[in-house]
Amino acid sequence: MNLTVNGVAREIDGSALAPLLDVLRDELGITGPKAGCHQGGCGSCTVLVDGEPRRSCLVPAGYAEGTQITTVEGMGPPEDLSPVQQAFVHYYAAQCGFCTSGMLLAAQAYIDRGGTDDPEAIQHALAGHVCRCTGYSKIIDAIAAAARGDSFDLTTTAVGKHTTMSNGGAA
Amino acid sequence: MAVASMAVDAATEILMPSSEDEAIAAFGDGADVVVVGGGTIVVPDMTYRRLRPSKALMLGRAGLSGITKDGSRVTIGATTPVQELTEMAAPIGPCASNVADLEIRSQGTVGGNLCAGEGSEAPRGDLQGAFLAVGATARSAAGGDVTEEPLEDFLAKRGERLLLSVSFDEPAAGAFAGLDRPHTHDYTALAVSGARATDGTLRLAATGAGSWGARLLSAEAAAGDPAAAGEAALQDVSPRDDALASAWYRTKVLPVLVRRVLTELKESA
Repeated sequence: MNLTVNGVAREIDGSALAPLLDVLRDELGITGPKAGCHQGGCGSCTVLVDGEPRRSCLVPAGYAEGTQITTVEGMGPPEDLSPVQQAFVHYYAAQCGFCTSGMLLAAQAYIDRGGTDDPEAIQHALAGHVCRCTGYSKIIDAIAAAARGDSFDLTTTAVGKHTTMSNGGAA
Repeated sequence: MAVASMAVDAATEILMPSSEDEAIAAFGDGADVVVVGGGTIVVPDMTYRRLRPSKALMLGRAGLSGITKDGSRVTIGATTPVQELTEMAAPIGPCASNVADLEIRSQGTVGGNLCAGEGSEAPRGDLQGAFLAVGATARSAAGGDVTEEPLEDFLAKRGERLLLSVSFDEPAAGAFAGLDRPHTHDYTALAVSGARATDGTLRLAATGAGSWGARLLSAEAAAGDPAAAGEAALQDVSPRDDALASAWYRTKVLPVLVRRVLTELKESA
């Protein structure tokens, strides 16, 4: 089978029925997608398949053949973060980070399909993504800011300088 | 070092047909065949080793996806993603919106959901009630023979046949009422769908009140009095205790949901 991951064509040996998550992590060594619950319940393995968010633990690898798969590794290198990634940094939207790559990709897809900064719409779009640090409000703030097209000065994110209130938060 | 996924046995035979005819041939008489729609049920069952298929029929490339309309007759291909139903009129649209979350709804298929019986923790066929309520028919194959029959009759065969599509006439009115889910990952704990056909026939059906979706025939017979119909519905099903809700709770809530659906249908008359 041939899979295209982050623009690179990769040949894999595994079964067409193997979870795409296992192929990405174990066979290709792409570890951005996390194996949280491995049964569709947490969202930490979400990747984009042709731009659409999918739980890679549920997608048989054979169904991804011929598609464009994007993992967090394809979003932007540390020195050139994508706007959504910058928003997550600015809003402290990552704590332990385990859910973050899934959240980022679901957020990117939400924004790409024209999602607004409406918190309810964001919650609906990311329903099923679990953050066990319970940092939901900052995640939603970050996605809202990215959806608005806010720009971020990443030097202002030090502890003590940031509050969500000063960045147009809903208050 | 590259490691092959542990989820699938190397000996598992994979069939990935590229047309409906090929799918019917690959299914054969269905013996030992595990049918994979989107994979949202089968793949985690394999990951957790609850399922070790010797033969897996993957339908994703068989051209069985899509919704077509001929007058008021709607036909939905078996591998149409559940998400594509969410904008439909009640009861199907709101019922589909109550399935999983956006990502899983977009991957899981109508056929896979309709054919899913009781899982290890709870009933799974969220859509069964809504499609029973609109009087859907199921087109299916086994042994090369293709048949269309009422969905109830198809479901009674518990997966002996390969579902190809479901069809129904758009109802004159429909309603859906279900319990909220604690997490989007949960299957439907209990929901009631109702529809009045253009010829006036009223159908009610429940999901979550037993291992499979069920018509509520006693409630239909008493439909003139929504409160009485709600109580009558308890004669039609045998709710069970499971991970999502107790039988006691379902017994208390079912009459309420039936009453709400019938009241909404009356108001739309």
